[in-house]
Amino acid sequence: MSVDGAALGVRLRERDLSSAPAVLNLLESTAAADREQSARLLAEVSPAALGGEAPGHVIGVTGPPGAGKSTLLSALLHRWRELGQTVAVLAVDPSSRRSGGSLLGDRARIEFDPADRGVFIRSTSSGERHGGLAWATRSGAQALAAAFDAVVVETVGVGQAETDIADVADTVAVVVQPGSGDVLQFLKSGIMEIPDVLVVTKSDLGQIALSARRDLAAALRSLGRRHTPVLAVSSLAPASGIHELAAALADHRGEIDIGARRLAARRAGALRDFAVEYGEHGMRLVGGRSEAEKWLTRQDPKLNIPALFDCLRERMSERAQ
Amino acid sequence: MRTYAGHSTAKASNELYRRNLTKGQTGLSIAFDLPTQTGYDADDELARGEVGKVGVPIAHRGDMAMLLYGIPLDQMNTSMTINATAAWLLALYIVAAEEQGVDQSQLQGTTQNDIIKEFLARGTYAFPPAPSMRLIADMIAYTVQQVPKWNPINICSYHLQEAGATPVQEIAYAMSNAIAVLDAARERVPQETLGQVFGRISFFVNAGVRFIEEHAKLRAMSILWEEIGRERYGVSDTRHLRFRYGVQVNSLGLTEAQPENNVQRIVLEALAVTLGRNARARAIQLPAWNEALGLPRPWDQQWSLRIQQVLACETDVLEYPDIFEGSKVMDALVEELLQGAREEMAVVAEHGGAVQAVPYMKAALVESHRERIRRIESGEQTVVGQNRYVESEPSPLTADAEGGILVVDPAVEAEQIEAVRRWRSERDQAAVDAALAELARVAAAEDHGENLMIPTIAAARAGATTGEWARTLREVFGSYRAPTGVGEASGVLADGELAELREQVAKLSEQLGRRPKILVGKPGLDGHSNGAEQIAVRARDTGMDVVYEGIRLTPAQIAASALQEGVHVIGLSILSGSHRELIPAVIDALHEAGVNVPVVVGGIIPEHDIAALKQAGVAAVYTPKDFDITRIMRDIVGLVSAGGPNGDGASNGRA
Repeated sequence: MSVDGAALGVRLRERDLSSAPAVLNLLESTAAADREQSARLLAEVSPAALGGEAPGHVIGVTGPPGAGKSTLLSALLHRWRELGQTVAVLAVDPSSRRSGGSLLGDRARIEFDPADRGVFIRSTSSGERHGGLAWATRSGAQALAAAFDAVVVETVGVGQAETDIADVADTVAVVVQPGSGDVLQFLKSGIMEIPDVLVVTKSDLGQIALSARRDLAAALRSLGRRHTPVLAVSSLAPASGIHELAAALADHRGEIDIGARRLAARRAGALRDFAVEYGEHGMRLVGGRSEAEKWLTRQDPKLNIPALFDCLRERMSERAQ
Repeated sequence: MRTYAGHSTAKASNELYRRNLTKGQTGLSIAFDLPTQTGYDADDELARGEVGKVGVPIAHRGDMAMLLYGIPLDQMNTSMTINATAAWLLALYIVAAEEQGVDQSQLQGTTQNDIIKEFLARGTYAFPPAPSMRLIADMIAYTVQQVPKWNPINICSYHLQEAGATPVQEIAYAMSNAIAVLDAARERVPQETLGQVFGRISFFVNAGVRFIEEHAKLRAMSILWEEIGRERYGVSDTRHLRFRYGVQVNSLGLTEAQPENNVQRIVLEALAVTLGRNARARAIQLPAWNEALGLPRPWDQQWSLRIQQVLACETDVLEYPDIFEGSKVMDALVEELLQGAREEMAVVAEHGGAVQAVPYMKAALVESHRERIRRIESGEQTVVGQNRYVESEPSPLTADAEGGILVVDPAVEAEQIEAVRRWRSERDQAAVDAALAELARVAAAEDHGENLMIPTIAAARAGATTGEWARTLREVFGSYRAPTGVGEASGVLADGELAELREQVAKLSEQLGRRPKILVGKPGLDGHSNGAEQIAVRARDTGMDVVYEGIRLTPAQIAASALQEGVHVIGLSILSGSHRELIPAVIDALHEAGVNVPVVVGGIIPEHDIAALKQAGVAAVYTPKDFDITRIMRDIVGLVSAGGPNGDGASNGRA
């Protein structure tokens, strides 16, 4: 017997934070009955049901391993709680390709008060799609944004994960540590999309951190993105730059047209789910990628990803006949 | 000759020390309880269940004076197994000596003070790496001038072997660790005293049952140490260049099954460090035969002391010059180890030295340990009584009611809480506040210009407590969680049983709708995480999602994690003997959070405690004799299966 997805969706809409564990349990399930309930849950927190976009700020935090993401998150979490904001963190760890199992160790590095009901942390594996975000993580982030003030999706790596995260997050922060040149190279070569906020950790390293920050800022200028903030933070005591980072993330959200960004993300997400499910053949049936993208822009903007996915599927069956 | 001891209270431990001294013991080796080791007072939430368990609780100078009552400190050589809070305990020792009228310049002994191995293997750290190294460097700078006969640091490769290190890793990581300490100290001491500082660094090594190779390891370490002294630090005085080490023989290889076999293992291991004079230990500590069962009693410790006495006084082992001199076999073995160690040291250096390489070394150790367990499980490596020759007559040694171990009276904790609160209420609070404020000021000074030992000793004198000293520094330095090393451990090829189990997990995943998810963690202050790490890695290898929580968790943290993560089963590990208090506390917290999933427990759990744990709601208990991890996994998968096709409902916590 599956749980009642619609009821869970209502609880989220009413900002009942204690529903979060059950919401993720349901969204992660691939059982047929659970999938049906998941769709009901998501329908309850869709823009149509909410009468607009979900109020929470979805923030993607990504960067190479060892850049200090978890420590940074601990400090940010602390800051947000000081400001009275509720926070959900979805920490994504890569799975073992051999066994399919995963070791989710990030949670241990994020410090929080276990009695604090305003914080929810969930570790998930990246699932079968290596490097990408699992379906449950994307839909989970969107669902939790109905109830939590801030929803963080944390992923490891630069490249695939970073593009994936741009499809779910309102604001993407890429975290790098000084002395690692990868990000600079990726930015210059265009492998990496330009993030909304760049964070250089370990600013206690002094000169190295300063010059890393300078190099990144110079690279952004040469790419014509001089306004992209580059922040230096130190999560170690005495922590520094955390208040500024929290402010920069909030500023970014204030500057963008959140409705347009999420709408684009929903359409891109639906198309990607469709491509995963039906492959090249399915794509051809809906007229190819760019044709499908155009077609999606003509659909109701209030539709959520599962609904858009269904539209694509219908279009495919129509055109197959 | 001494035995590692201390438990319950300062008073009880003092009686034990004085008894041991009359039996011919020639020094003190103090074991502190975990709250003291990690910087918490008995009344801290994290200290629950741990007070007086693995050693003596020392909260302030009053406790230290009681611990050393009637023991003349000017004549004593005292070894303190203390690391994160070493500066504090040395300060208390200095103040206790003052009160006896003994000047600090006369004090002799050792503080272990090796923080890198705490990050790697033992887990009783308190502050992040950089400030921890500063505390060590400050202690070295202070003692070299003021307490010249003190060994401020004792580099422990012992715990690395316990965490699975191969001989090459043990040598390489110990030497890299010493280099990191010396590099830090070099900035804090006058150049002309560097030779003296080098000479004060001693080692604490491990000796396993493969005692020929272990002996070669010690010869290799002496050679490398001298080389480092000459080449890296320009030390030329041969007295300073001598590789000085104490030894505790291997506990990892001691078995719970047929524990009497541990006696012969201990004897053979003792030979590794005594056979050849060129690499002979200066001090030996032998574990008790029943360490894998629980806390040894005075009689068990006496037995260990007698082993050393037979070796030293009855055999002829000490009568000859080095018996391996000129041995081609020994020389080749030493050369092989040297070469491997140099290569591994180069890798650590590439990471930026031992402090920066902690995550790398940790992952390498988890990997070696995983390999060791695999060999034992597959029977490639024989452990008599455990995976071979397992049939046994009933043992008269473990037949008595408590199963042949020492049990600490639970009233000890309540008494200690009461005592520390009384101490706080009766002291001059203004003096303590001022002393702690001064400590915070020196710690926070950006140029690190002043030595932290000065305000630390002042705070000890003023009557501050262990918890207050550590809290003051935590507030300045920040807290820290060491890397777990599990994420990097390589997956294994599924053969036979594991492949079968993987299929079972895949089926279960379909039933549940998602992968079975397990939470693995260690409640309390015990930092020995090897077992928990191996369970976590193996669970992943069977295809489960594993939330690895690491060490030092409160029951409330475990419950919150279990709820938020939606796990199907929880695995807890405890080796400190605090399971009687902590496990029921975790189960209560889970109930309160509305989490209703099976809990399994692993660790050093005496036979007669198992029933009580099951009564409290534990589904299964595993002890060191359950070395077959795949079997444990099969049980766990079975428990999740039995939870029904929709086990998810249970961990939703609708309460």
